[in-house]
Amino acid sequence: MENFNLILTGVGGQGIITLVSILDEACLNQGYDVKSSELHGLSQRGGSVIIHVRFGKKVYSPLVSLGRADLIIGLELVETLKDAYFAGPKTAFLVNEYSMGYPGYPAKPEILDSLSKIAKGRLHIIQASEICKKELDKEVVAGIYLLGYAVKNNLIPLKKESFEKALETVIPPKYLDLNLKAFNLAFNHD
Amino acid sequence: MEKKILLGNEAIVKGALAAGVDFVSGYPGCPSAEIGEEFGKIAEQAGVYAEWAVNEKVGLESAIGASFSGLKSLVNMKSFGINVCSDSLFPLAYTGTKAPMVIFVGDDPSCHSSAQSEQDSRGYAYLSHIPFLDPSSPQECYDFTKLGFEISEKFNTPVIIRSTTRVAHQRAPVVFDVPEKKDFKKGNFVKNPHQFCTMPPRVLEMKKELLERIKKIQTYAEKSKINQVTGNKKSKIGIIATGISYFYVKEALSELGLDLPVLKLGFFYPLPKQQIGRFIKPLKKVLVVEEMQHYLKKEIKAIAKDTGSKVEVFGKNVLPETEELDVEKVLSGLARVLGKKIKSPAKIATAITNIPKRFPKLCEGCPYWNILPVIKRSVPEGTIFGGDIGCNMMAGLPPHNIQDYLFSMGASMGISHGVSKATGKKVVSIIGDGTFFHSGMPGLVNAVYNKSDPLIIVLDNRITAMTGHQQNPGMGKTLMGDNVEDVKIGEIAKACGVKNVKVLDPINMQELEKTIKDFMQKDEVSVIVCRHICALLERRLKSNPDLQKFYTNPQVT
Repeated sequence: MENFNLILTGVGGQGIITLVSILDEACLNQGYDVKSSELHGLSQRGGSVIIHVRFGKKVYSPLVSLGRADLIIGLELVETLKDAYFAGPKTAFLVNEYSMGYPGYPAKPEILDSLSKIAKGRLHIIQASEICKKELDKEVVAGIYLLGYAVKNNLIPLKKESFEKALETVIPPKYLDLNLKAFNLAFNHD
Repeated sequence: MEKKILLGNEAIVKGALAAGVDFVSGYPGCPSAEIGEEFGKIAEQAGVYAEWAVNEKVGLESAIGASFSGLKSLVNMKSFGINVCSDSLFPLAYTGTKAPMVIFVGDDPSCHSSAQSEQDSRGYAYLSHIPFLDPSSPQECYDFTKLGFEISEKFNTPVIIRSTTRVAHQRAPVVFDVPEKKDFKKGNFVKNPHQFCTMPPRVLEMKKELLERIKKIQTYAEKSKINQVTGNKKSKIGIIATGISYFYVKEALSELGLDLPVLKLGFFYPLPKQQIGRFIKPLKKVLVVEEMQHYLKKEIKAIAKDTGSKVEVFGKNVLPETEELDVEKVLSGLARVLGKKIKSPAKIATAITNIPKRFPKLCEGCPYWNILPVIKRSVPEGTIFGGDIGCNMMAGLPPHNIQDYLFSMGASMGISHGVSKATGKKVVSIIGDGTFFHSGMPGLVNAVYNKSDPLIIVLDNRITAMTGHQQNPGMGKTLMGDNVEDVKIGEIAKACGVKNVKVLDPINMQELEKTIKDFMQKDEVSVIVCRHICALLERRLKSNPDLQKFYTNPQVT
């Protein structure tokens, strides 16, 4: 397998650092080399957050090159569109249908239209926040739900078991059940 | 041996533990804060003493005291911290250490979380004559920290590990030793003024000893395994790389399917000049890949000249001198050295340039949401606002826009005094609690002493918040969770001779407004301390009561 390049994008406070830890552990569980790059501090205070994860047999750079992402997971609509320049002709998009507005925020139909033009048939728009709120009463696990969705729909070459083991390593026992439920929601649906 | 996914900064902690560190000090910043934080969590059971110092200078000095007393020490700080502590860093190079000491400095190319400058701290190696190591990955963060303690022990010198954001905040698998449990070590200070006092004329003798020491360390660096050549040694074009840039080079070469010789330098100072000389000797062209300033390129040009090599040295003429590097930038630089066109990967997203920027903002429920609008509406139109480092930097962003200058930690105090003296206008100067303790206090004394009249508003959210909730002297807790007396900012202001001091809870916006309006009429320094806990910390404590041990002192209200 060639190295797999993943971009995770969203807004500070959406729990993205936890998602990276889970992804990294899942890769390790599957015997892959893995590197990820994240940002802390100022950029986390409600600002745009972008995280790179690369895994495979041997990874050098922790950063995904422009046009080389295999999968872009977006936790927020406009942030996904902003980082779409990491996409190439084969990139899949897995996007939470969720907006955190600010002055000058584009209209939702415009964002969806631009995304579908870029991603063509490879765009998965999922109401992850809404589903998690409805089923588990917790929006914050939307990202975990999306990871489950990615595995179920073969958007990422990692196994369900690798993630479940990773969740046990990363998530404190108190919240493990909630996170496992969120991860498995996508498998229970349809 | 264990293998785990670690953040670069966590790997520094593992390296220090494996080396048997006894004493840890530092000041939180980005990208270094996780080192001290991690020690706060584990110090007790690891038999290590760890603290947050009031600033980096005091942090380094505490470690010097520990080293002179025979304890192995680690100091951690971000790039600008080395500016703050440099006053004591330079004499430390002269005296040398007694027990080993490693100093971690985190640079932030591209200024992801740095307000004041894009600093390349490597320049301090030349100023201080302290060995500088430049790791590329979390594994090297671990290895180099261990090695740093070894070098320090062997040559009685402090060693600086300089990392960058993409290394410090990179996660990757790391193989590390888990040391056996040790007890807290008690130091023993053996008097030795010959080593510890830099009084002239001894200081010049010390300088000679320092230069001799550096020569020995250079000989050591020539044989060190952290400077390594990989790739096809027969090629006439080679690359020299350091830090994270090394991996961008390896990635770029693998994308191009090229096999060129690469010299990776783990030592930035002193440089293994003979090894570099041997590496460039057979080459026609060499590309030096380093982020920010072209220190290495200049050195390599000089080595080429000294050794009579005709090699053409490329560096910042084909690579940018500002912002971090990445694989694309290295590919484009390499293309120019090779005289080839390199096809960039197909990009499809182009029509997405018109989206307005999302600015960082105050968190939901942040007490500053109360304070900033009240300040704005309580002072006359056109009032000059001083800003400082920390969450209060958001005052300069929409929707607040009340920040007319922003420099370094504590600088608002001095600049506001200067503006006030120069213009005779009433200045409103905003600073956070952590920054006030770090280096705001001398500025306050100066303003009182030299009789200016700024209104200083301390946004005291009971924690050093921006870097992720680190304890400070104002909140009654230490890094390791001990209860201590809280240092009260209002009392300090009074003791400095400020007559108009008000400590209030900004939830009472009316009282705040009334006080600002009242103090704006004074023709001397006045201080308002707005005390209210950071909303994020309050929520964290509610959802995880175990954290109370580190953040809540029942004696402090």
